Amino acid sequence: MTTIAVSGDERLARQSPLKRLLGRPELGSLAGFLLILLFFSAVSETFRSVQGVATWLDPSSLLGIMAVAVALLMIGGEFDLSAGVLTGTTGTTTAVLAGLYGLNVWLSMLVSLVVAVAVGVTNGLLVVRTKLPSFIVTLGMFLALQGLNLGLTKVFTGGSVQISGLSAALGYDSANAVFADSVSLGGEDFRISIVWWLVITAVAAWVLMRTRVGSWILAVGGDQNAARSVGVPVARVKIALFVTVSVAAWFVGNISALRQGGAQANIGIGEELTYIVAAVIGGCLLTGGYGSVIGAALGALMFGMAQKGIVFAGWDSDWYKLFLGVMLLIAVIGNQYVRQFAARSRR
Amino acid sequence: MSGPRHQKESPTVTTTPAPAGADAPLLRVSDLGKQYGNIIALRGITADVNSGEVTCILGDNGAGKSTLIKTLAGVHQHDAGEFLFEGRAVRFSGPREALDLGIATVYQDLAMVSLMPVWRNFFLGREPTKGVWPLRRIDVAEAKQITKRELKAMGIDIRDPEQPVGTLSGGERQCVAIARAVYFGAKVLILDEPTAALGVKQSGVVLKYIIAARERGLGVVFITHNPHHAYPVGDRFLLLKRGQSMGYYEKSQITRDELTALMAGGAELEQLSHELEKGGGAAAVAAAEIGDEAHELGIPATAATSGDGG
Repeated sequence: MTTIAVSGDERLARQSPLKRLLGRPELGSLAGFLLILLFFSAVSETFRSVQGVATWLDPSSLLGIMAVAVALLMIGGEFDLSAGVLTGTTGTTTAVLAGLYGLNVWLSMLVSLVVAVAVGVTNGLLVVRTKLPSFIVTLGMFLALQGLNLGLTKVFTGGSVQISGLSAALGYDSANAVFADSVSLGGEDFRISIVWWLVITAVAAWVLMRTRVGSWILAVGGDQNAARSVGVPVARVKIALFVTVSVAAWFVGNISALRQGGAQANIGIGEELTYIVAAVIGGCLLTGGYGSVIGAALGALMFGMAQKGIVFAGWDSDWYKLFLGVMLLIAVIGNQYVRQFAARSRR
Repeated sequence: MSGPRHQKESPTVTTTPAPAGADAPLLRVSDLGKQYGNIIALRGITADVNSGEVTCILGDNGAGKSTLIKTLAGVHQHDAGEFLFEGRAVRFSGPREALDLGIATVYQDLAMVSLMPVWRNFFLGREPTKGVWPLRRIDVAEAKQITKRELKAMGIDIRDPEQPVGTLSGGERQCVAIARAVYFGAKVLILDEPTAALGVKQSGVVLKYIIAARERGLGVVFITHNPHHAYPVGDRFLLLKRGQSMGYYEKSQITRDELTALMAGGAELEQLSHELEKGGGAAAVAAAEIGDEAHELGIPATAATSGDGG
């Protein structure tokens, strides 16, 4: 018998424009982005130069491609801790096939895409079938892939965790041009991954906000029982989201491998948490059902800026981790408030 | 999508030709029974649901209300008696079949996602789209406009269909669930204790929506344990107790006080009165008041206040 009392307050709160603005999931990351942009622009001249922009957009783009996919998955109510190490798996797969065995680079990339999709489907099926928390399922996948990356690479190379020779393989130049090269703009070289990042962000934002699948992602993360009872294919949506993250990891893993002309088997470990942090700063709730693709892209941008900005300012790059931690805490506390607001009159 | 979806006739529903009397009610159960193993959950239930009328099902916890609505909704199958929909005998193999024929059930959890906007909840799983595949998208303007219009038709004027369902009051959320069922082609609307978790005022709001649904020509099945909610909106009343019908009345056959008395049950009031009397003091005063209440409701005074209470 509590609902009558609050009905008056509720209507008042709803009308407040400030609270409505605070209700936007992107707001936190937009404010953070502007703050960091102004701060490092003031501190470092290199940071605000065209060259500087090209430099800090590069790590932002690689992190951003992952953060956008991870944000979709988190909005769908799940985590993927294997996403970081999967960039290593996909990169080394391509590098082993093309660099060591001389297979065509495009074909090698296709094989590593199949591997990525298989990992995503496995993650998804395990989570959907066992109903275990995805946190623990993908932690298992994370450890398994980590061991597999190192073990198999050593088997193929005869003891080394480093694979090279990719740039000598057939089809390298065309693949490199599409995924890893740079384009000149204003006298500076911008990585082509920045374009991919922008395109992927735009498509993901459109899918989430404007398509049926987007509505289903929000519903599956918000309340999967309710979603199921109105006919949303909950299991299919979740599996598709895990596959999306895996394909993003394939993208990033192959971009890195092509750039370096090879791969290192221990790449990507620990990165999965950064993706999640960027998505959370972008407004994703840890409990799912709420978040923003644009916000996650902005979150990734903040990290790219801070990572390079700290170096440009002449500080020790170890401060970056401190920044990461503080931003995460601020974001989570902010999200808590948003959630309370959004679910205020829940019975 | 400009109107309610088309009704799909499910081939797996067994149907027989309509009986000669063409004036058959929308939904009728006669002598309906349901058993779980050797437990008789329902026995000899007879009731009608007509278009533009409200059939109330009243009963205390464990009276068989849930079993009855789950049978109507296609979750369970009856194993005795008849279940007629639009004059034809039906037996559903699942809730989807009942829904396809136009029997929609609004359960207590409402099947809504609190964090999602009202319009997304309204169309969840059945979003109207425009464009061809790679560019196929939700027709957001249309969806919002329909949501606003349909809710207004039910008597709730939503300021912004973009607001999360979680910010609505309990009664308003119930209304969204009802409006959704109506829009998607429900002919019979089963409401599972819609007022159970609500305060006095919000319950009044829900009763208003029940009347609105009735006025739009739906047959409403309203499950409640509160005769004060049932009587003002109901046209027929089925009282359940221990899986059996305790009475089936047209509104003209029964007054609210009689309905309340039947629901409360003389024996239970008597027992409660005795228990309170034993407590002495303030409880004894309450016991006397219950006795008076029972008297006013027409239950013999002796039944409510006398007896040696072992």
